[in-house]
Amino acid sequence: MSISEAIWSAAGSGDGFNGPKIEDEFYPQAIWFEGSIFEINRIMLIRLLVTISLIIFFTILANRFRKSTQTGQFVPGRFQMLGELALNFVRKSIAHEQLGEKDGDRFLPLLVTIFFTVIGMNITGIVPALNLAGTSLIGLPLVMALAAYVTFIYAGVKKHRMTFFKTALFPTGVPKALYIMLTPIEFVSTFVLRPVTLALRLTMNMIAGHLLLVLCFTATHFFLFNVDGPFKAMAAGTLLFGFAFTLLEIFVSILQAYVFTLLTTVYIQLSLADEH
Amino acid sequence: MEGNKVQIIQLAAETATQVSTISGNLGVLGYGLATIGPALGVGLVVSKTIESIARQPEMAGRLQVTMFIGVALIEALALIGLATPFIFTV
Repeated sequence: MSISEAIWSAAGSGDGFNGPKIEDEFYPQAIWFEGSIFEINRIMLIRLLVTISLIIFFTILANRFRKSTQTGQFVPGRFQMLGELALNFVRKSIAHEQLGEKDGDRFLPLLVTIFFTVIGMNITGIVPALNLAGTSLIGLPLVMALAAYVTFIYAGVKKHRMTFFKTALFPTGVPKALYIMLTPIEFVSTFVLRPVTLALRLTMNMIAGHLLLVLCFTATHFFLFNVDGPFKAMAAGTLLFGFAFTLLEIFVSILQAYVFTLLTTVYIQLSLADEH
Repeated sequence: MEGNKVQIIQLAAETATQVSTISGNLGVLGYGLATIGPALGVGLVVSKTIESIARQPEMAGRLQVTMFIGVALIEALALIGLATPFIFTV
């Protein structure tokens, strides 16, 4: 065996190493109701689990809030402190900052729902034994993007009636001849690309993150068990990378929830803004 | 010593033939190219934000929010590049 053959076989370019495949990773086998529209697979189970845990978490939190206002005991415990911190972050530094107090509180239920759903569904990507983000298939992000889409159009139409579409498609202060070019661009960017990019950004971030993690950990497994000799030490390197990417995934999960909520808020703010 | 040299030359030759017959999905190259633009864009946005914060530290909060909006819009381009192979399958 020559040196190069050893390197190529150790690098896994033969039939030894199998990288992650999209259809295996994100379309797992059905568990119940196979073939029907209510087919339950691993991703669906993860989503249901996250939904139930979010409901339980916020029910407990709401009960704590109610109890503290009833008894007059305003010193919060540790758990309540965490909830207040998270809810206040969305309220103060996202909603009030962009929309102002009045409109911020008007759209707060949607923003809080989006923020905590995205964060919960994203974080399952690194939770052991789940290991797959609920948002890594386009369905769930698409639903939330559509909710944001309907809301920002509703907000604009409620405030400006039909002039909302006029100002969105025909920006003022532009020579009339330019509308031939400008109106299609504005239409596509406002009414097509906004919801599509909201959904795609979240999904693709989760898919890319999951594939990176799978690649690192399958490579570790491969180097540890299928490779002989000094190349076995490569397993330590890939494991380290896997650990680093896990930390990165935690950061990305929170950042994507923040970005999704922030962009929804900005879109609502843009359609509420008066004519320039 | 001589043996090593011969082996290295042999390795180089083998690598050269392997590179010339490289095969795989062209989408890999496409995605590599698709990341260049957004990478430059994100770099510019972040560097300008850092400069601004260094000039006016009291504006840091608002600048960071604006930066995240800009970065998110630019990042969408890179991720559209990642999505295209799934959409335009032959």
